Amino acid sequence: MLQDHCASELRVHLANSLPLPSTVNRPRIDLIVFVINLHSKYSLRNVEECLSHVDSSFFLGKVCFLATGAGQENHCSIHQNTVIKLAHTYRSPLLFCDLEVESFRAIVAQRLVRMLQICAGHVPGISAVNLLSLLRRSDSPPSKEL
Amino acid sequence: MDPYDLQGSASRRRTSNLKDYFVGATPLQKRLESVRRQSSFFPSPPRRKILQCTQLQEEIDPQKVAFLLHKQWTVYSLTPLYKFSYTNLKEYSRLLSAFIAAEKQKGLAVEVGEDFNIKVVFSTLVGVKGTQRDPEAFLVQILSKSQSSREHREGRVLWTGWFCCVFGESLLGTVSEDFTCLPLFLANGAESNTSLIGGWFQKTFDCCFSPLTISAFNLSWMAAMWTACKMDHYVATTEFFWSVPCHPQSLDISYAIHPEDAKALWDSVHKTSGEITQEEVDLFMDCLYSHFHRHFKIHLSATRLVRVSTSVASAHTDGKIKILCHKYFIGVLAYMTELAIFQIE
Repeated sequence: MLQDHCASELRVHLANSLPLPSTVNRPRIDLIVFVINLHSKYSLRNVEECLSHVDSSFFLGKVCFLATGAGQENHCSIHQNTVIKLAHTYRSPLLFCDLEVESFRAIVAQRLVRMLQICAGHVPGISAVNLLSLLRRSDSPPSKEL
Repeated sequence: MDPYDLQGSASRRRTSNLKDYFVGATPLQKRLESVRRQSSFFPSPPRRKILQCTQLQEEIDPQKVAFLLHKQWTVYSLTPLYKFSYTNLKEYSRLLSAFIAAEKQKGLAVEVGEDFNIKVVFSTLVGVKGTQRDPEAFLVQILSKSQSSREHREGRVLWTGWFCCVFGESLLGTVSEDFTCLPLFLANGAESNTSLIGGWFQKTFDCCFSPLTISAFNLSWMAAMWTACKMDHYVATTEFFWSVPCHPQSLDISYAIHPEDAKALWDSVHKTSGEITQEEVDLFMDCLYSHFHRHFKIHLSATRLVRVSTSVASAHTDGKIKILCHKYFIGVLAYMTELAIFQIE
């Protein structure tokens, strides 16, 4: 993501779990991406625990789920439907990506940077909540078939 | 109320309407519809019946299928066979024997000291099916011909393979009359023989073999289903094997439990009688993971389950299974058939 060109300064903070330590001074957080590894149930449990530490105002478009590892079916211990349900429960978009593959990584990075720009308010005419409702309209037909 | 909560009942009603609509549809339309409906990676009905002795199973002669137990089988999924006929089995034996002899003389599959006097036998396996609609299972064996002329007994079995379909309704409804659906193929013996025979079947019946890989998700379902089976006595401990992905070599963790303890754990988790739900399977596995974590501080949920072994059967993620219990033979095959059908589609 940092390799992508961006008009403003882009900072990425990585964390294994929440809550983040409160002693450090950090800039405003514009987008939280939860990465779930479909090969590991542990990552799902971790994310579920961390979600309870996130302030509810973030769920108005500033949270995104990224599920990786769907390409290798026989390594998956989590069913796709489980993450779809999780994303649906938290009303947040879900992206599938195989982070191991270079080309997918680049595409997802571009998408995330674009989302981040919108969430930070740098794109005139569209806000995080607008984006959320746009994404949700395109997502809802598949979720009805579950 | 959240519209999502009503989805479960609504979708069930919707699929039954679609089934009615497609009664008169052509097989191709039915197949397209079933493919459209399957949007997820694995088959995962939220509920599943507990393995029980079905009516048909009573008809299986334990002696006849005893040779199928306690052997390790490599499992493949197979697309429907075109113009396969059960009356021509002798003809097929002859053709396949000739084919194998020819291939071996070509030197394509030569093993040192191999005896070229082999014969192939096709036979039907009576009773290895779920419902009356399932096609008959059949068995292919490569036997070495006895050298001595005095002995008229059958020679040594070099390779065994069998084709079956257990509760394969979802596939049977989608193919036309010329096809025989036997989606599950199990082989025991030399890999060279398996590929030779597979090649012959592919050429003769226009079908396609692919190795069946079993995901960690499905292995955990198998572990729960087989632990739930009521057994009079346990012949093996319940064991799980995990593979930890790390560099340079992966670690393997094995976890053995006394089968009665595993059953007791399952009984405490299991609430709905007659069905197994996804939540129960998850809870069962979580109990094992947390017990292990408490003692060894290792998060097994971050590793990959590669093998499950119980007194009923054992399965490896590479598609190798071994069935140990005659009572649940059909039940194990039913689940494997479901996985094979899913892989074909």
